[in-house]
Amino acid sequence: MAEKKHAAYICSGCGLGERLDIAALEAVAKKEGKMQIVRTHPFLCSEEGVAMIRADIDNEGVTHAAICACSRRAKTDAFNFPTTAIARGNLREGVIWVRPDTEEARETTQEMAEDYVRMACAEVKAMTQPAGNPNTGTNKTLLVVGGGISGMTAALEASKAGYKVVLVEKTGQLGGWAARLHRRVPTREPFKSPEDTGVADLVAQIEADPNIKVYLNATIAKTAGAPGRFKVDIAVESGPTVTADIGAIVQATGFSLYDANKLPHLGYGKSPHVVDQAGLEALAKAANGGVIKRADGKEVKSVVFVQCAGQRDASGEHLPYCSGYCCNTSIKQAIYLKDANPDVDTVVLFTDLRTPGNGEDFYRAAQNRGVIFSKGVVSEVVPSGDGLTVKFHDLILDDKNAQIVADLVVLATGVVPNSGVNIEALTAPQVEGQEAQVSEASQLGEVKPVSILNLTYRQGPDIPQLKWGFTDSHFICFPYETRRTAIYTAGPVRRPMDIAQAIEDATGAAMKAIQAMENAGLGRAAHPRSGDLSFPTARLEGCTQCKRCTVECPFGAIDEDEKRFPLFNESRCRRCGTCMGACPVRVISFENYSINTVGAQIKAVNIPDEFENKPRILILACENDAYPALDMAALNRNCYSAYVRAIPVRCLGSVNTIWITDALNSGFDGVMLMGCKHGEEYQCHFVKGSELGRYRMSKVYDTLKGMNLEPERVLDLEVAITDLHTLPKKIDEYTAKIMEIGLSPFKGF
Amino acid sequence: MSNANQAMAARYKNNFLKEIEEQAEMGEWVKMCMQCGVCSGSCPTHFHPGWEHPPQEIFMMIRAGKREEVLTSPSMWMCTSCYNCYVRCPRKLPITHIMHGIAEYAYRLGLAPKMQPTLHLSQTFWRNCTKTGRVNEVRLTQSLYFKDGFMAGIKKGLEMKDVALGLIKAKRLNILEALGFGHKCKDQQGIQKMLAKARELEAKRKNRQVTA
Amino acid sequence: MARNENEVSAEAHVSEANGQRSGRRQYAFYPGCSSQKGASASNYLTSVESMCKVLDIKITEIPDWNCCGASISYAEAGELPRHVMNARNFALAEQHLPGQDIVATCAACWLGARETKERLEHSSVLLADTQEALKEAGLQIRAIPEIRHMVEVLIEDLGYEELKKPVKKPLQGMKFAGYVGCQTNRPFGIHGESFENPVYLDKLIETVGGEAVPYDQKVTCCGGALAFSEPDKAQAQIKDIIESAYDNGAEMLVTPCPLCQANTEIYQSQINKKYGTKFNMPVLYYSQLMVLAYGGTAKEAGLDGNVIRARKLEEFASK
Ligand code: SF4
Ligand code: SF4
Ligand code: SF4
Ligand code: SF4
Ligand code: SF4
Ligand code: SF4
Repeated sequence: MAEKKHAAYICSGCGLGERLDIAALEAVAKKEGKMQIVRTHPFLCSEEGVAMIRADIDNEGVTHAAICACSRRAKTDAFNFPTTAIARGNLREGVIWVRPDTEEARETTQEMAEDYVRMACAEVKAMTQPAGNPNTGTNKTLLVVGGGISGMTAALEASKAGYKVVLVEKTGQLGGWAARLHRRVPTREPFKSPEDTGVADLVAQIEADPNIKVYLNATIAKTAGAPGRFKVDIAVESGPTVTADIGAIVQATGFSLYDANKLPHLGYGKSPHVVDQAGLEALAKAANGGVIKRADGKEVKSVVFVQCAGQRDASGEHLPYCSGYCCNTSIKQAIYLKDANPDVDTVVLFTDLRTPGNGEDFYRAAQNRGVIFSKGVVSEVVPSGDGLTVKFHDLILDDKNAQIVADLVVLATGVVPNSGVNIEALTAPQVEGQEAQVSEASQLGEVKPVSILNLTYRQGPDIPQLKWGFTDSHFICFPYETRRTAIYTAGPVRRPMDIAQAIEDATGAAMKAIQAMENAGLGRAAHPRSGDLSFPTARLEGCTQCKRCTVECPFGAIDEDEKRFPLFNESRCRRCGTCMGACPVRVISFENYSINTVGAQIKAVNIPDEFENKPRILILACENDAYPALDMAALNRNCYSAYVRAIPVRCLGSVNTIWITDALNSGFDGVMLMGCKHGEEYQCHFVKGSELGRYRMSKVYDTLKGMNLEPERVLDLEVAITDLHTLPKKIDEYTAKIMEIGLSPFKGF
Repeated sequence: MSNANQAMAARYKNNFLKEIEEQAEMGEWVKMCMQCGVCSGSCPTHFHPGWEHPPQEIFMMIRAGKREEVLTSPSMWMCTSCYNCYVRCPRKLPITHIMHGIAEYAYRLGLAPKMQPTLHLSQTFWRNCTKTGRVNEVRLTQSLYFKDGFMAGIKKGLEMKDVALGLIKAKRLNILEALGFGHKCKDQQGIQKMLAKARELEAKRKNRQVTA
Repeated sequence: MARNENEVSAEAHVSEANGQRSGRRQYAFYPGCSSQKGASASNYLTSVESMCKVLDIKITEIPDWNCCGASISYAEAGELPRHVMNARNFALAEQHLPGQDIVATCAACWLGARETKERLEHSSVLLADTQEALKEAGLQIRAIPEIRHMVEVLIEDLGYEELKKPVKKPLQGMKFAGYVGCQTNRPFGIHGESFENPVYLDKLIETVGGEAVPYDQKVTCCGGALAFSEPDKAQAQIKDIIESAYDNGAEMLVTPCPLCQANTEIYQSQINKKYGTKFNMPVLYYSQLMVLAYGGTAKEAGLDGNVIRARKLEEFASK
């Protein structure tokens, strides 16, 4: 490797020149930062400014550059030098935009800027430009598990994009639940009548597609490897097991209907004329547009639909959630009956009718056909004579003893995801000392004992779940992501959804899977550090085999080798740094992000002695939400204290406690940790990172006690990107608090 | 049960919703109500005692087949035609007209509450205004006061005397109208014939007996 | 089952076509029963006539017009007879005053007529039946004129600027509560106004120099015809309206509707008896304010027709 050469570039544009003493900054970079080249430019991001840096790289052999200008989130295209390690000193968003332009503020503002120059110089010296993961696999075949609407859609979308697909379906035919429907809820204007399911068409397309290889009556016996180089064993019912080389996986394993046998009070099992929605579809399919007959052959003249049967249940006995589609389904089924014979009495008993999107038009279309919708809670369905009596509480007329007699009762029972084994219920606690969270669904007896993917990952054979058995994904920000890189879930296994949503979902997941295969082939990270070439390595000589890293990695990226050392699967890794934060002996690092790159910055900050009465507060801010929030506060010129020094971190999970103790030891008066919300409604881009980081930090308080420091010296803040207006206030409040408890006694040691 | 009522009950058997759809003005809208309750919350009379069933409930009762209860209810008669519900209903039901329509139908069947004051007002007003083509306010007021009999009329008249005196003083009540002077249309005969025809056509369209 | 307000109001507001933009504005006038001489809103008529003179609006009474039936007749009248009554007026207006919009001063007449127009235009069955009934009176509908309220004529055909020009004596320092009530506001409303907070009346008050106080009972129902049949309920509502106007500093109420005017004015003494209040708040028509601001006399403004005399305005007029 060529010799290292360090340079600092200071920008005096964007008002920096007017607000700061640039000459003093240059001196800091030179003397304290020990930069061999220091240059100032009035407009660094301009073509000319960039050319100046480029020339130094080409002619002077600059390998490391500290660019002291704007935030690292600004001008990334201009300052893109792939072979050079770059650190950014944030003088604009970090200093002049958050400080008042007054004479009194000038001195502290300059101090702030000088520190950021020192920090950038220190950071860049500790960095190496990453060369990329050598351990790549370039397989580009997509495996789709599940041959329902979602699976078939994902397969076709990937094929259309030019990728080969292996489609595995456990039953003997494609189509899933949709194939069992008579018709589907309308998808087109005027949204008035049920329409063809479209299954036959999808199946035909699949069969005609040379890119798609279908295995029926098949399951996944084993999934080994990593993105771009999965080896998947496909067990076919009557035949030899096939091993396929796979790049990425879409799991579209769908749902099962909630078992109506658990609802005896609603008459299921007591009368053959109480059916669930699948039961009604079967009757409608048999009638095929003609009058609908019951199991006993009698023509149905009156039907009651019971919505939310065993759903939205607050008692804990049944499903707590809304399945989202079953209101529309009941509307559709009532229309089957009305269209076959307008004189059939159809009553839908609901508490809330949930018909999102164009379902409202469909609902009206049913009302127009004379379907009666009544607000009521059904208490009991009892066989009476040849039919059934539905007893309910009429909520509008407040009649507790209302009842209707009907030939047939249909229960809207909703969905339970087919998500495989709940690995969290199986494995030991994730974090030392923390109880494993057994999901509520597993208490409902919904743990499927059969694994779907049979992953050979140390962390368990299936995708981790979030709630009620649905696989973990972030509904809003990154819906298809799971906690296993390059394995995406789509359709109702992820959350309850209808056909239209499942199609959209499957398309999205297929696109993400393609992106993941491509990234894996290039040795680059997937979401959210998409394109990142760095990856974690461990200095195994120092490793104590404590297993923290393998347990904490939210993405199951770390296995164990034969000698029980951690074995990193770079392509499974998302580069969150949680392993680095967790390692008690600090042997894990990235080339451009390590204990040292952050530690050196902390040490570079100039700590005024106690007589100056100027506290120093360290902010470790998550780069996904908190650091952008700080930038946005700056953009809005929301000022905050000049005593804070902010360092972006990849995730709160990557924060190693050594940084905190080092900071306090070197005289910092307080530390603010800013990370995303954790828990069930987490916002963390690394899913578990902020939770694990926070758990780890809770131990810091013991350390504080040991150092005889007040617990207030470390503050953990939940910050969202929208906090741009409140965050500066919180910073100022914390600064005031620190002034109140007094400066740290560790100054000058 | 009146004859008309018996006939209708028999014709529609248990399907009260259908009966309302075909017989009451704008009745075909009842099935479109989505039970949100905005109308009930908007109705001014709902906040004073006396509203047994706000529109939302009336519509639900129709759908639940509560024929007797709906048609004999005083509720529809409380509507002041303020159109609050009408403009707020998310389903755009012409609620005011439906309420009127149900009331009118109940009246035709002889099921409206006895001595319903608003019904009485409606009858009196219409008879008054169609007699000559224009309203005779004095006679209208007189017949309203005297509906409960002569003495009651005098009493009410006395109670309201301040009101009447004020209007007379302000030249806004013309006592001569009581004697049949005052306003009327020229073509009274044409109006009578026209209305008779209208009643006949309406009865034909709704397939019921001509009343009045 | 057509109820398409948007469509109806959209076409109702294309009045440019009548060629009334140039020269004198002409309308087929439909005064309605209450505005006749010696009837309960006769002072409204007086002030409207004076106002139109100043603004050069020509209103010609529809020959032999008849009562609109008002909302309250619903039970006795039924559907078709009610619409036929209005249709007769349309036919007469079309026959004698072709091409002119019908303008009503009474909110109930306006609403009733507009509703009939809408129904006839949306239902061929109803229209055919109506024609058959009209034949009995020797009439026929060829085209249904636009049905306008006087307020619409003022703010749409003339505009606030135009209305301001003739102001000679602005009603400075006087506080009014613009009481819009129901029927000019719902279900049709004045184009562009919100049902919950219409502002045209406030703007008219301000146009003539008065102050429009904000208060929260602006669109509360006065009880309408139920003031007769359910006096207790109606009076409770009227009390809320006056009280809120009073609490917010209004000296007088201003309305666009004869029924609102009558209900909020003539029952104040009864309400005082029942609730122990001391209401004595004059209730004016917008047209009365305009006539006064245009320099008209108390008589021209019909102030003598107010049961609760508006002393302050009488003084103002005499100055
Ligand atoms: S955007 Fe950044 S690099 Fe460009 S002039 Fe401003 S501070 Fe300098
Ligand atoms: S979609 Fe409807 S029936 Fe299904 S759970 Fe939700 S509210 Fe209940
Ligand atoms: S914890 Fe994060 S950085 Fe470490 S191996 Fe796992 S995904 Fe990669
Ligand atoms: S956390 Fe560190 S010490 Fe523990 S197993 Fe991982 S690399 Fe080794
Ligand atoms: S507002 Fe309309 S939809 Fe809502 S309850 Fe009333 S009538 Fe029904
Ligand atoms: S129009 Fe009648 S029913 Fe509707 S809110 Fe007014 S009073 Fe109530």
